[in-house]
Amino acid sequence: MSRIAIEVENLSKRYRIGLTQEEEQDTLGGALLSWLKAPITNFRRLQRLSRFDDGEEADVIWALRDVSFQVAEGEAVGIIGRNGAGKSTLLKILTRITPPTTGRAVLDGRVASLLEVGTGFHPELTGRENVYLNGTVLGMTAREIDRKFDEIVEFSGVAKFIDTPVKRYSSGMRVRLAFAVAAHLDPEILLIDEVLAVGDAQFQRKCLGKMNEIANEGRTVLFVSHNLPSIEALCARAFVLDEGRLVFSGGAREAVSFYLNRQVFGLASGVDLRHHPHRLPGDREPIFTSLRLLNADGLETSSFAIGEPITFELRLDLGEAELDTPLITIAIEKRGIPICALTTRFMVAQRFTLTGQAMARCTWRPGWLTPGEYTVSRVTLKAGASAERLDHIEEVLAFEIVERDVYGSGKIARKDTLLVPNGTWQFF
Amino acid sequence: MQKTLIRPVSSPGIDNTTVAIGKIVIEPPRGLPHINWRELLAYRDLFYFMVRRDIQVLYRQTVLGLAWAFLRPFISMILFTFIFGRVARLNSDGVPYPLFSYTALVPWTYFATVVQTATTSLITNSNMLTKVYFPRLVFPLTPVFSKLPDFLLALGLLPVFMVVYRVWPTPYVLVLPALVVIMAASAAGLGMWLAALAVQYRDVNHASQFLIQILMFAAPVVWPVSLMTAHFGETARLLYGLYPMVAVIEGFRAALLGTVPMPWDLIGIGAVSASLLLVSGAYYFRHMERRFADVA
Repeated sequence: MSRIAIEVENLSKRYRIGLTQEEEQDTLGGALLSWLKAPITNFRRLQRLSRFDDGEEADVIWALRDVSFQVAEGEAVGIIGRNGAGKSTLLKILTRITPPTTGRAVLDGRVASLLEVGTGFHPELTGRENVYLNGTVLGMTAREIDRKFDEIVEFSGVAKFIDTPVKRYSSGMRVRLAFAVAAHLDPEILLIDEVLAVGDAQFQRKCLGKMNEIANEGRTVLFVSHNLPSIEALCARAFVLDEGRLVFSGGAREAVSFYLNRQVFGLASGVDLRHHPHRLPGDREPIFTSLRLLNADGLETSSFAIGEPITFELRLDLGEAELDTPLITIAIEKRGIPICALTTRFMVAQRFTLTGQAMARCTWRPGWLTPGEYTVSRVTLKAGASAERLDHIEEVLAFEIVERDVYGSGKIARKDTLLVPNGTWQFF
Repeated sequence: MQKTLIRPVSSPGIDNTTVAIGKIVIEPPRGLPHINWRELLAYRDLFYFMVRRDIQVLYRQTVLGLAWAFLRPFISMILFTFIFGRVARLNSDGVPYPLFSYTALVPWTYFATVVQTATTSLITNSNMLTKVYFPRLVFPLTPVFSKLPDFLLALGLLPVFMVVYRVWPTPYVLVLPALVVIMAASAAGLGMWLAALAVQYRDVNHASQFLIQILMFAAPVVWPVSLMTAHFGETARLLYGLYPMVAVIEGFRAALLGTVPMPWDLIGIGAVSASLLLVSGAYYFRHMERRFADVA
């Protein structure tokens, strides 16, 4: 039995949501009175943000509820869950950024976290000065940084500019330097939250390599990501969180398939959005009412052949409101990897208005995507001018892309890549 | 040092110079807050680099650079000399008014800057607050040290004025370091109180400017303590001493200008109340600290 590196017992965390609970006042007197009372109500509201009465209240959410698990020394464990499932809260508790409401966690060994790279970078300081500042922020001592400095600079690839103020760096250079510092922490326990989406492809490979190295060196790694393939690649074991609870714990592959099966309730050609379980909590009434997927013939379906256009038909109930050029986004993912975001922001040039029982229809010609299960990972509606969030649903539904003999060769396209190559060979 | 260098590269994870070693137990906070001295000590390098960052960044991309360290008290001195010295003709304990006010403005400028910077320190650094753990006390305590060079530069100009006005210091200048400690402690104490309050109640940010202005006129910056004694008597003077900046400013004047005998009673009272402010500030900050990441 190896040593336990991370032990979590019945960890819970509650938050209070919603700072904006304005009471409507329709008389002048009432408005005046509420304006006069505003400082008192504001004070109560601000105080309530961090105080809780006993018992359940409407605006209290449990970001984490009775989560218990153990991670052995040297194990790499992934944490999967959709947005708001409590993954980030768990990491924030384990990194001591926020205390738990109840429960207990014990970490045995030096802990480092990569919650966000580059924290504490100051634009006016040079790269060198920032390496020291950022390193100490992350918990290194000055002597340790002295020792690793050359290695850090070399890894980052910005050696030439190390004495230039960071504000003159490109954003890529900044991120590379920041990751280099974080990667050289040499912790016994490493907590990682989605850092892979940084830098160019080449640097990302370098980062993945470094993380692999850390995991293979016998360090304990807790890795939170949306990127399911990299969870499978890096971790032997994984946990699935849903609505703050630990719902699955087991092998990484099993966890990924458990997660995929759980989040979408089978393939669907259409879904009622009025009472969708994955709507993000907000102060407003739901606006989206349904989403339907149509094929080229206008028939409702959940499976499409490679290269077949897909039409998303989104219905909205706006009531009396009239929206001027709102931002509607439909995001598509495959196993946690973002494929594209169909958004009116870039795809629509002219202004338009929506009101009452409205409908938005988007036809997507997806190119030759490899067969498999895809999800509509998110639909959002934002007001045009203020970009205020009006409605937001995650993990909306799943559909599939099925094989078709695209080359006329009778052969099946590979499934472990994203694209079925749309091209030809010639021989001379 | 040599030992560190020849440590085998294959076991870089084991390093007894590192910060977070041993078991970390994370539990919901309960009971009274406490100050974790060992942890603060372990993070001293971070503290050092934060102070350095503050100093380095302050005058980058300014035309006048370090001159700002003198200019702030100097401009106030000219303003106050005109308004309070010439127009209002306030008593200045027998020394020229510019010298009288500059001697007070040097510690006052330090105090005001530290309190103001500390108050907003958590909000300006909220990106760090919500992303990485380290002792939060580092934030309000950084300006206590990073504003010291400015203070010393401004103080360095004082002998020039003294030569100009032919005023000579008393032997009590040797007490100045003690007064500087009282000054720093009270700035730190008030800074921690306001910083902790400002995270949850942003009003404190807006109010702190006025508070500092009120505190300035409440301190004997533009007028002498003798004025207070003359109007309200000796007991009032001692009660007034509870405000630690009274002892600092009056002490500076007594030691450097010899305006009054060294006010040992005020210094004693001020030292006690500065310590109380410091300790209560630290505990209140620690008490509020549990909520920072959730409300910032």
